[in-house]
Amino acid sequence: MSTDTLARPEFDLDGAWALSPQVSIRPERFGALLYHFGTRRLSFLKSTTLLAVVTGLADHDTARAACAAAGVTDSELSSYRAALATLAASAMIGPRP
Amino acid sequence: MTVAPLPLIEQFQYGLDAPICLTWELTYACNLSCVHCLSSSGRRDPRELSTAECKAVIDELERMQVFYVNIGGGEPTVRSDFWELVDYATEHRVGVKFSTNGVKITPEVARRLAGSDYVDVQISLDGATPEVNDAVRGRGSYDTALRAMQHLSDAGFPGFKISVVMTRENVGQLDAFKAIADRYDAQLRITRLRPSGRGADVWDDLHVTAAQQRELYDWLVANGEHVLTGDSFFHLAGYGDALPGLNLCGAGRVVCLIDPVGDVYACPFAIHENFLAGNVRSPGGFAGVWRTSELFASLRSPQTGGACTSCSAYDACRGGCMAAKFFTGLPLDGPDPECVKGHGATALASTDRTGAPRPALDHSHRLLPVTVRSAPAKACDESPLARELSVAVAR
Repeated sequence: MSTDTLARPEFDLDGAWALSPQVSIRPERFGALLYHFGTRRLSFLKSTTLLAVVTGLADHDTARAACAAAGVTDSELSSYRAALATLAASAMIGPRP
Repeated sequence: MTVAPLPLIEQFQYGLDAPICLTWELTYACNLSCVHCLSSSGRRDPRELSTAECKAVIDELERMQVFYVNIGGGEPTVRSDFWELVDYATEHRVGVKFSTNGVKITPEVARRLAGSDYVDVQISLDGATPEVNDAVRGRGSYDTALRAMQHLSDAGFPGFKISVVMTRENVGQLDAFKAIADRYDAQLRITRLRPSGRGADVWDDLHVTAAQQRELYDWLVANGEHVLTGDSFFHLAGYGDALPGLNLCGAGRVVCLIDPVGDVYACPFAIHENFLAGNVRSPGGFAGVWRTSELFASLRSPQTGGACTSCSAYDACRGGCMAAKFFTGLPLDGPDPECVKGHGATALASTDRTGAPRPALDHSHRLLPVTVRSAPAKACDESPLARELSVAVAR
């Protein structure tokens, strides 16, 4: 893996995604806490919008649609894409069959 | 816990509606008498929570969405309802990580544990050799721990934890500990020796030296996320780079302790009335204590750095560990006794520590197995039921 992909991991915004069934999500003032029972890792969602995106993934055909439904603007999309890529890399979210 | 280094420290300083995780000591009973036991365990307390009371606590944790509990003791597996409680917790989506000296980890138990996603095991080991380990944890405890690791490994339980309290005697064995973890496909977790419980009696002799502390920090930086620390070395952030993890004192803010009798303390290393927030048997239960305790409210309010405010490292170490200061007799708004800038050593040298607070509870084994048989006056006085006197030996 090149440093470039490490810094900006790939994430398919036009794919169908969902929260892993092994992940518990706890809403907080700042966003949410995520805990993966399989990897036993904890993650943080740093905004309530990101929480809405993540919980909305399963209800939309694409991650892009989930972002739009949560009110993410075009100019914000790249930072949300990066956040989703990080969550995918740690198996918190995964592609939907 | 493993977390990304995100700037959420401020959020956590002011507390959450429920802990991220908590430590729950199920019993004060233990088959061992480790010299540094943070809860002065040994004998069961007759007031310990019943099975039903424990299940009620688990129900609350489920409602509060506490992701997992770190179960300890004493030796939690000696409770006859231990596996029942573990099953109950996991059925209610409360994950369990339990700490054990390995005494009950038979091949059969290991196979059962390997089959669950929701249970993690942490085997305590305080020396990479029997000599170093058994001097602290007692004769035979090294073999017990390694046998348990072998059983977990044979059962196919990758990634179980090997938990080491760092001391002056074992800090030179870090690479050897890592090799043991690698041998069993386990993960190494190292934590800080606190002057809590019986640890107060041995801290002066066993805590790492200033030079060793630097070695330890460099080793942790080199090994990064592969070694867990339970966030216990956040005071070392004063050296420069923060270590992986939250790097803050979570006491009463994002973590706490429930002890075997249901008392809730700010952290596992602070079993003293000054840090007692309430009891889970009170009408509001655990949630009531967590949300309304005055002690926790004060811990969640902005803290002052006191004597540390002017120090360049304060933003990184935040004054260090509250329990370490408290039980070494240092003021809470001053330097940690192991302050990397040396301010702690100076404070210790200039403080009269004879008045340092003592741990509030002591469940240490009262009797050492010393048996004195009174000599018979005449040979025929020797009864088959010879009278044996157990002699209490003061600790």
